[in-house]
Amino acid sequence: MAKTLMKGNEALAESALRAGCRFFSGYPITPQTEILEYMSWRMREVGGEFVQTESEVAGINMLFGASAAGARALTSSSGPGFSLKQEGISYLCGTELPAVIVDVMRIGSALGNVFQGQGDYWQLTRGGGHGDYRTIVLAPASVQENADMAYEAFDLAEKYTHPVLIASDAAIGQMVEAVELKDFHDHDINKYDWVIKGRKEGEDKRIAENVYYAMGADEYKDFLLEKYKRIEDNEQKWESVNTEDAEVVLVSYGISSRVCKEAVKIARKKGIKLGLIRLKTLWPFPKKAFDALTSDIAGFLCVEMSILGQMVDDVKLATDNKFPVKCYSEFSNVPDPAIIIERAEKMLLENGGRK
Amino acid sequence: MIGEIVCSGFGGQGVLVAGMILAYAGMGQDKYVTWFPSYGAEMRGGTANCNVKISEDEIASPYVKEIDVLLAMNETSVDKFENQIKAGGVMVVNSSIVSPNRDFRSDIKVVKVPANEIARREANPKGLNIIMLGAMAGATEIFEPDYLKSAVDKYFADKGKVNPKNSLCFDAGINSCII
Repeated sequence: MAKTLMKGNEALAESALRAGCRFFSGYPITPQTEILEYMSWRMREVGGEFVQTESEVAGINMLFGASAAGARALTSSSGPGFSLKQEGISYLCGTELPAVIVDVMRIGSALGNVFQGQGDYWQLTRGGGHGDYRTIVLAPASVQENADMAYEAFDLAEKYTHPVLIASDAAIGQMVEAVELKDFHDHDINKYDWVIKGRKEGEDKRIAENVYYAMGADEYKDFLLEKYKRIEDNEQKWESVNTEDAEVVLVSYGISSRVCKEAVKIARKKGIKLGLIRLKTLWPFPKKAFDALTSDIAGFLCVEMSILGQMVDDVKLATDNKFPVKCYSEFSNVPDPAIIIERAEKMLLENGGRK
Repeated sequence: MIGEIVCSGFGGQGVLVAGMILAYAGMGQDKYVTWFPSYGAEMRGGTANCNVKISEDEIASPYVKEIDVLLAMNETSVDKFENQIKAGGVMVVNSSIVSPNRDFRSDIKVVKVPANEIARREANPKGLNIIMLGAMAGATEIFEPDYLKSAVDKYFADKGKVNPKNSLCFDAGINSCII
């Protein structure tokens, strides 16, 4: 298929439909509303169901029902709306149901504002709701990745019968780029044996409920640990840029990581050995990307749009606390390549480069 | 980087579409492109704008900080963006509504196009943005004029609404910047 110009939010929506998504339930909030708006007319064209729900809570719970019935189902939100979905995400995890939930991140706590931010990192990666869970979190950095990750998210969700979150942001969602979409894929809602559907007389009834009720606590514990290990072993995704000989390595994702790539190019021209690890999954955190690095790195610089530097802990854990880890954080502005380089040079001065 | 462009004007003057056509033309030449709308607490009837980047290399941020080319369709656009233009950059001004007595920066190239008069003459009131694109093609080297003109028609053909008056407006835009 030829390339076409699309807004990030719309490319994500179209690509989800092409992956076989035939159910969307959600509520408008900037900057994710284009997903809902696109679905409102396009879903009917492909023969699916679109519901603009009375609230985000209704949206996530309808998604639960559609998923239990075997449909590929999507919901999306942002800011306070995404917080309202957390209880439902916890239920999806406890019930072992696949679903795809998009967070088009905006800035700030509470109402915040509609501009791009990356302040939901902790909420996304630590399990934003109650109980003992994590979700797979994909981090697109372009309109093309918005499309590609939405497409693969459903396979991933079904592979682990687990919700998959997509951590987009206002910049990725609102901007237009050239994108190549994948072909339509048919999804059979009766494909899996866990799907709830009409039962004949004499057959056992089925309920979508917390799986530990049937398993018992001990078995559930082993089951869960094995599942999370399997996800951590198999699903770490990242892109390394010029890390082989880097003295300072940037760690970033989403819109911030694009600026980091530019910073690496500019720094290299100046003779500064800068590298970048771009996270494509926020959880599982791509620890393997750090394994390959040598020991004479002056430090890691997290570049993110969150005031508190939410990625820092994960980088320290991934590197066993052996290196200095600093953060250059912005609030609503996309990070500036000149400041990135300035901070990296400062780290080099303080910690020394390669001998 | 081939060009960082801001298209700005009143809502309804077609500034967002003008930017989209530039991105479309860039994509047609296998360039990297981004288009980003003005965004946030904008007022109805206020000034709308979009940021367009066209590049041989991957584009980092979609936000334009230093402008190569500004399409200023009204006075407010000049107020807001003239200072962000790089020295030696180009500003295409809709001189039909931007005050003729206004002083512009002397270190940029200012191209004055009476876009509203041309649109009236060509009986194409919605062609303002196409006239500005024509003038831009004439005044800059980002796209060959003939290529951009064909991209305009192809953009609308994809949407199933080709207006033959658009190419007349585009030509009038080019001619207006030949002094």
